[in-house]
Amino acid sequence: MTRARGSMTAFGLTREEIRRQIQLPWSEAFRISWRYVTIRLGRSLVTASTIFLSVAFLMAVCTMILAAKATGHAEEDPQAFAATLARYKWSVILGFMICSTGIVSALLMSVTERFREIGTMKCLGALDNFIVRMFLIEASLMGLFGSLAGAIVGALIMLVWAGIREGFSLWAKIPWGVKSATGDWGFLGYFIASVLAGVILSIVSAIIPANRAAKLQAADALRTEI
Amino acid sequence: MAMEQMMPSGEMQERMQEAAKKLEPMMEQVSEFVVRTRDVHKIYLMGKVEVHALRGVTLDIKRGEYISIMGPSGSGKSTLFNMIGGLDKPTAGSVYINEVDLAQLDAYELAWLRCRTIGYIFQTFNLIPVMTALENVTLPMIFAGVPEDERRDRGMELLRRVGLAERWNHKPFELSGGQQQRVAIARALANDPAIILADEPTGNLDLKTGKEIIELLKELNQEKGVTIISATHDLKMIDVSDRVIWIRDGQIARIEDRSKIRVEAALEVEEALMEGELPDIP
Repeated sequence: MTRARGSMTAFGLTREEIRRQIQLPWSEAFRISWRYVTIRLGRSLVTASTIFLSVAFLMAVCTMILAAKATGHAEEDPQAFAATLARYKWSVILGFMICSTGIVSALLMSVTERFREIGTMKCLGALDNFIVRMFLIEASLMGLFGSLAGAIVGALIMLVWAGIREGFSLWAKIPWGVKSATGDWGFLGYFIASVLAGVILSIVSAIIPANRAAKLQAADALRTEI
Repeated sequence: MAMEQMMPSGEMQERMQEAAKKLEPMMEQVSEFVVRTRDVHKIYLMGKVEVHALRGVTLDIKRGEYISIMGPSGSGKSTLFNMIGGLDKPTAGSVYINEVDLAQLDAYELAWLRCRTIGYIFQTFNLIPVMTALENVTLPMIFAGVPEDERRDRGMELLRRVGLAERWNHKPFELSGGQQQRVAIARALANDPAIILADEPTGNLDLKTGKEIIELLKELNQEKGVTIISATHDLKMIDVSDRVIWIRDGQIARIEDRSKIRVEAALEVEEALMEGELPDIP
């Protein structure tokens, strides 16, 4: 191997290289995680589908609120409207809780499956942080795509349903921007918030599995060959 | 957000810098011995039973040596191997790599050491299945912070050296066992380590492929002066080893020099046969 360098240390590494290694490569972690998500697409889709469902439900409720306000039903009977909202709020919270256990268990499974790979990476010099990073990126990728798809589908279903019931002219009355004219949340605001909620939820759910993976001892991880 | 909390990158950078600063000059002092162990003991807890895997191993390995650690399974050779590789800590005693006591190193420094000073080869190859041959070889360089084009060049160079340049874009499952092990050898050499630790490198290979892998390791040992320490019970290894360390019941039973090896290896086979333990004879 011919490597032209300046001042060499004992390992054939220049000081420049040692300095450079300190910038831990986010882009590489991202590339590897992306690879994992796409190669195990089936598994990723199952995990993402729990996020998809929760966010779809959340976005459907948000769209329903907008539609109810647009038709004026909300003002007709404010008490009933508030009661319905409270009921849906709890359903959304429950949905998110179920969703997060789903993500935790899916990722824990993926940690167990990758015991040896994680051990190998640690042998090759990966820091605990790199492993944590990989799992968090993976979770946020699945969270992002699941949430985006969920928010779109949830909103569409509710928009079409409200359109059929109340007439599609209703769509013109919905505030599509981030904020409505009265300063309340608009469609885009709800959309962004729903997607964010999904992404944050998946990242938070991934913390336990990611830490579990990072805490693996390289030797233990390699011993699981039986 | 959660991510920021878990990765205090500023602090981490400092720790890595410290590790490099501390280890780099230490590793530069070239001593005759690349590995020294002093009275290493290891006790595992299996359930409630204490297993004494190592009972005082003292060992000196010179730079550039080709060492085989032999012994029946359960003799403690894998444990010793893990100790030398910094994968496990001894219950008592010390392990020195380039005169640095591994017990004194924190997680960052150990990662630094594993990345640059030691190359690992496993019985089950342990390539990352989602990556191509070239990506597997360059992975340790990513951890070492080598820039991308240099990674590619060095990776291809290494693949060429092990005779797999034209298969750089293949995933592990598209390669035969022998080819996978060649990729693993190239990966072990990625950061120009001082030591290659090979744990039963021929254990999952057929006779001919195993022989080729052993020859490749010997060539690399001579070309690059890299110290090769191989835990094995493959007797083919004896031929190329400078020294053979026989481990039995967690202790060194015998250390044989190259000059005596051939005769004694034959005797060992005989002895083992008489004891009724069948060594795996090629």
